[in-house]
Amino acid sequence: MELPIYLDNNATTPLDPRVLEAMLPYFTNKFGNAASRNHAFGWVAEEGVDYAREQAAKLIGCTEKEIIFTSGATEADNLGIKGVYEMYQDKGNHIITATTEHKAVLDTCKHLEKLGAKVTYLKVKEDGLIDLQELEAAMTEQTILVTIMYGNNEIGVVQPVKEISAIAHKYGALFMTDATQAVGKIPVNVNTDGIDLMAFSAHKMYGPKGVGVLYVRRKNPRVKVTAQMDGGGHERGMRSGTLNVPGIVGLGKACELCLLEMGSEAKRLSGLRDKLEGALTVLEESYVNGNVEHRLPHVANISFKYVEGEGLMMAMKDLAVSSGSACTSASLEPSYVLKSLGLSDDLAHSSIRFGLGRFTTEEEIDYAIENTKKAVNHLRDLSPLWEMFKEGIDLSKIEWAEH
Amino acid sequence: MAYSEKVMEHYTNPRNVGTLNKDSKSVGTGLVGAPECGDVMRLQIEVDENNVITDAKFKTFGCGSAIASSSLATEWLKGKTIDEALEIDNMDIVEELALPPVKIHCSVLAEDAIKSAINDYRVKNGFEPFELAKSHH
Repeated sequence: MELPIYLDNNATTPLDPRVLEAMLPYFTNKFGNAASRNHAFGWVAEEGVDYAREQAAKLIGCTEKEIIFTSGATEADNLGIKGVYEMYQDKGNHIITATTEHKAVLDTCKHLEKLGAKVTYLKVKEDGLIDLQELEAAMTEQTILVTIMYGNNEIGVVQPVKEISAIAHKYGALFMTDATQAVGKIPVNVNTDGIDLMAFSAHKMYGPKGVGVLYVRRKNPRVKVTAQMDGGGHERGMRSGTLNVPGIVGLGKACELCLLEMGSEAKRLSGLRDKLEGALTVLEESYVNGNVEHRLPHVANISFKYVEGEGLMMAMKDLAVSSGSACTSASLEPSYVLKSLGLSDDLAHSSIRFGLGRFTTEEEIDYAIENTKKAVNHLRDLSPLWEMFKEGIDLSKIEWAEH
Repeated sequence: MAYSEKVMEHYTNPRNVGTLNKDSKSVGTGLVGAPECGDVMRLQIEVDENNVITDAKFKTFGCGSAIASSSLATEWLKGKTIDEALEIDNMDIVEELALPPVKIHCSVLAEDAIKSAINDYRVKNGFEPFELAKSHH
């Protein structure tokens, strides 16, 4: 076992060697521009892209023509939301999303608000899921788009996507989902889920960075987005720019592998995740954040009360994890996702996200359990709050000198 | 963000972790920060009849830099008179630990904790508290 151990697979994943192997020729002898129609170099590159399009389409149950390659999920989110807003402006200007979305969605919506869009940010329940009745109540005749993420990047909860899309469609709106954390990890099918647009990226599923997909439905209904990048008219005019052929080939291979291994991987990873969670919640005053039934198999977000996340991560120096604490940011604001669940600031500051992945072993999880336990106990020995808690002092009654 | 070696050293081997009897007349306690902000420091000093700090202890809830700042503060306090202790400036801590700009608030908190502990001691012993400069934030 090598140290440090990588448990931050929601931030990015390592490239699978099989993906790298598929990509390599496209950096060297298959270097052509996929848009060069007049010679073999272009044809070979185009073949690689076409095959990747098929591989990606197969994973999410759509046709190749519905796959628009982008530079990643952030661009796909931007293209989907802004593109729908521009294209369907004459139908309405209302967009519905949720407070726990990724910044790529939230900030895009904020941008559109400046241009005249009305955006509803649905709150989530304590478990991180949206309230379907609240969604339905927010729908108006002006609603053109509902965009709710599939699986959350911080806590891993999986939204009731089928029910959400049904509500959106009932009121004549399109349904888009940022499925960056879900695609390749759990079965996602655009037809059974009723998805009209969907963003995801390669580097969260053992593919390369810098390449992603916007799925755009072509039938029932035929969805159109206004291009946000003008130029040579690539990707059916929706996203101009020379295609990143090696990246796209890598994305395709990554999709193929996920489709092949998803079933057994999800089982293996949820087993390891449950082991980790079970062992760590034995510690006093530790809590799992988010719904534990509807969630991705590979994420555990745990708050260890009375220790601060960043300090804790320092003690877990052989583990690469992330925290909802934001001691380094100027605002000192902890994770907005955890706060949306109604977590108090101090509990949000005390949270650690463990993100397991394809290359995580049981030995590593055993090590992580011991390392984390030790770190929590060490930090609690240093914590005045822990001491006060043990003395039975109610911390909420203390007048803190906020700074 | 990478931590400086000195921060790591204090963080790994924190000096003077512990608790003094806060009810003792010779002990001054400073509790500063707030759980919502992600850091709380408790710093305690024990003072003899010559106004010399004979012992200092801390406990801190916070990031590595906050822990290192308070550990360093207790190390510096021991053996100093109250007047000398009041001269410790947060920028001395920043310099010693090579704290980056985003972590300067940790040193400010440590300075506040020192002053707050001294004032607690003074009030307990019938002196006026020193006028503290407004929080640096």
